[in-house]
Amino acid sequence: MNRNHMNNEKTSSTAGKGGGRKLRNDIIFIAALLCAVICLGAGFYFLRPGGDEVVVKVDGEVFGTYSLDRDTVIDIRTGKSGEQLNRLVIKDGKAYVEQASCPDGICAAHKPISRQGESIACLPNKVVITVQTRDADHGPDIVA
Amino acid sequence: MKNAAKKTAFLGLCTALALVLAYVEVLIPPIITAIPGIKIGLPNIVIIFLLYRQGIKEAALVSVVRVVAVALLFGNVMGFAYSIAGAVLSLLGMLLLKKLDFMSVVGVSVAGGVLHNVGQIAMAMILLGTAELGYYLIVLAVTGTISGVLIGICGALMIKRIPEWK
Repeated sequence: MNRNHMNNEKTSSTAGKGGGRKLRNDIIFIAALLCAVICLGAGFYFLRPGGDEVVVKVDGEVFGTYSLDRDTVIDIRTGKSGEQLNRLVIKDGKAYVEQASCPDGICAAHKPISRQGESIACLPNKVVITVQTRDADHGPDIVA
Repeated sequence: MKNAAKKTAFLGLCTALALVLAYVEVLIPPIITAIPGIKIGLPNIVIIFLLYRQGIKEAALVSVVRVVAVALLFGNVMGFAYSIAGAVLSLLGMLLLKKLDFMSVVGVSVAGGVLHNVGQIAMAMILLGTAELGYYLIVLAVTGTISGVLIGICGALMIKRIPEWK
C-alpha cells in the first residue's frame, strides 16, 4: 500500500513538473515513428524487385503469361462471344492497357506496370493483369 | 492494496473490465474491411492503468489472462498466437519506456500499440513463413499509432482521476 501510494505521488508530481517536456518528447517520438514508417513504406515500394512477366487472368482463370522482355500487343477478348476487348501492350519492359471496351476505362488510364506484385484490373471485363517473377518459388533476389 | 484477497479481487475486476472492453471492440464493425487486424486496443487502457498504478507484475498477469480468455471466448488458436506475441512485446516495450521516464503515458501507449502490431506480424511471418506480410506492418503501424494516442489519452485520464484504492 505504501509503495503504491508513493508511486502515485511520483506520477502526479512528474506530470505536474515535467509535463511540458514529456509532451514534447511524446510528439517527437510519434513524429519520428511516423517518419520511420513512411520511409520504410517508400523503401519497400521503390525497392520492389522488378518482375519479368505478366499473368493475365480472366474471371480467375489464367488467360496467358507473357514475358516483359519482348515487346508485344495482346488482345484479351472476353465476354460470351469475345465482344469485350482489353488491348495489353508490352513495351520497354513495361505493360499497360492501351485500349479497352469497358465503360469506365480505368484500366487504360492506369500507369504502366513493371514491378513485382503490381497489377492492372478491369472489373467490368473481369480481367486482372499482374506482374510476377518467372520462378516464384525462388522468391525475390536477396542481393537485389 | 492492503491484503492478498483484496488485491486478487481488484485484479479480477480489472481483468473483467479488460474482457468487456475486448467484447465491445469485437462489436465495433471493421473500419476498413480490406485490412483485417486493425483494432483500437481498448483493453490496453486497463493494462496501462495497471502498469502505472500497480506495477509490471499486475499488468502482465491481467494482460496474459485477458489474451487467453479473449482467445477462448471470441478467437481461435492462431489468433491466440498472434495476440500473445503482440501482448508480450507490447508490455516489455512499455515497461522499458516507462522506466526510462522521458515520455508521458501517451508516448508509452503509442509504443505499446505499435509494438503489439510488430509482435503480431512477426508471429504471423514465423507461422505462415511469408516475408510479404512486412508490407502489412506499415499500414498497421500507422493505425497503431493513431489508436495508441487515443488509448494513451484515456489511460492518462484514468491514472489521474481514479482515486487510489486503500
